[in-house]
Amino acid sequence: MTKRTRWLMTLACCTVAAMATPAFAQGDTEKQLEKYRQMMKDDPWSNPALLDADRGEELWKKPRGPKNVSLESCDLGKGPGKVDGAFAELPRYFADADKVMDVEARILWCMEKLQGFERAKLVERPHPGGGAPVKELGAIATYVASRSNGLKFAAKFDHPKEKEVLALGENLFFRRMGPMDFACSTCHADTGKRIRLQPLPYLSKPEEARKVVGEWPAYRVSTTHVMTMQHRVYDCFWQMRLPQVELASDASVALIAYLVNTAKGGNISAPGMKR
Amino acid sequence: MQFKTIALIISVAGLATTAAVAQTKPKVDPAKADAAMKTAFPKAPADWHPRLVGDETMKDCSAHRNTPPQALAKTIRERAKATIQYPPDGKLMGDWKKGEALAQSGYGMRFTDYPPKRVNGGNCYACHQLTKQEVSYGTMGPSLLEYGKIRKFSEADTKIAYDKIYNSHATFPCSLMPRFGANNFLTIDQIKDLTALLMSPDSPVNK
Ligand code: HEC
Ligand code: HEC
Repeated sequence: MTKRTRWLMTLACCTVAAMATPAFAQGDTEKQLEKYRQMMKDDPWSNPALLDADRGEELWKKPRGPKNVSLESCDLGKGPGKVDGAFAELPRYFADADKVMDVEARILWCMEKLQGFERAKLVERPHPGGGAPVKELGAIATYVASRSNGLKFAAKFDHPKEKEVLALGENLFFRRMGPMDFACSTCHADTGKRIRLQPLPYLSKPEEARKVVGEWPAYRVSTTHVMTMQHRVYDCFWQMRLPQVELASDASVALIAYLVNTAKGGNISAPGMKR
Repeated sequence: MQFKTIALIISVAGLATTAAVAQTKPKVDPAKADAAMKTAFPKAPADWHPRLVGDETMKDCSAHRNTPPQALAKTIRERAKATIQYPPDGKLMGDWKKGEALAQSGYGMRFTDYPPKRVNGGNCYACHQLTKQEVSYGTMGPSLLEYGKIRKFSEADTKIAYDKIYNSHATFPCSLMPRFGANNFLTIDQIKDLTALLMSPDSPVNK
């Protein structure tokens, strides 16, 4: 464990140094990704995101916040403190919050309501900059997702509120907005397209969604940190020339619900690895 | 030209079937979707709010998943044509070298682009192949290699290229290509430079 951690740290440091050079080009990212993929095949533990999952586990178990309690009383849908398999059934409706929540929205809710953290602070700068590690909430989400590794996406979406959120997510996926007239579907509703050299997954097609959605949260080689699904959506909104979407907003949860439902039956292999 | 018209008819016919399927999907109250978008961006300054709601054309295209029925397609086309503005001197071609730089640049209007450090780019390479030299190009739009040469550098096709960049929907309702002129993303001078990139015999597009 400690040996693995130390080795991973060295690896992560070297990668950060290599990537921090301004001339770091796309081709190099691909090479780096290929190197990682090979390493992961040889040793599944070589994904640097596992460090964040470990950190997330500690954060989950440690009494924290103004109320000094751990998250072990947080109900992710399968009962308080039950982490194993919970991610595979998210997003879902939570009666205590009267809301449909994805993993990040739920952790945020627990950090606020159970531990007494201030929500406004948690959502102020929720995502890391390039090279910086994923924030605490993201690390916890990485831990929770990793405990559904090997399961299939099985959120039911049978509650009326869940159905409503799903329909909203689908609507927003095809909604064109902003000065570039983009919708999510502009870039993600066709097979085999790419933007510059980056392949664009067809996310409204189950076969393609199943291949990629289960890899989130993922270690991102190009920015050398873990990116969560809420962060991914935030970044795509940035490309769409929209403002900063709030973490766990109804719109981002709805979009994630749509993606997860499209990927239903697909394998969860979180944390994954992305370019 | 004729080939293009036929291709368009075929694709529109194909699209009409998809539209029929799309209509069986659950309806979402547009006011609810608007409200969800508005609350999702609490940090957005007031002058960014229009970005969260598309204009009439975008609403039409979203509602029909970019496959509008024929009558609506005609409305969108006419609406788009009416937005196109031309340079006062009528010269549609500028400097292809500037056009090439604009085609490479994806800069502009992202929340990290304020205050602006550069002019907005056209980002054409994100979606199109344009020159043999640039191998990092996207495939969302058709290849524009030898665009002008194929069209014998004709004046009529120069106008078609200018119009396409200004407002792509004037010829292809619900095109996925951004409306660079109509959305004030690029200026008339920039559109002239890009038109030259496509239509000038000296441009690397036509070499
Ligand atoms: C202008 C094009 C564009 C738009 C519009 C866009 N995306 Fe993306 N998206 C990308 C690109 C490019 C990538 C791959 C990024 C990378 O490889 O670093 C991506 C990646 C993703 C991924 C990860 C896919 C994978 O391989 O695992 C998801 C999920 C996603 N986008 C969702 C969305 C959603 C939801 C929206 C709408 C809010 C959206 N995107 C809008 C370009 C776009
Ligand atoms: C988001 C992707 C995207 C971007 C960015 C984009 N285009 Fe397009 N473009 C398309 C698509 C899709 C089509 C096909 C539909 C149509 O004709 O509108 C197209 C069509 C065209 C055509 C017509 C091609 C033909 O065979 O008739 C021209 C010319 C063109 N684009 C030029 C440009 C230029 C110049 C730029 C940069 C200023 C640009 N495009 C940026 C997606 C894009």
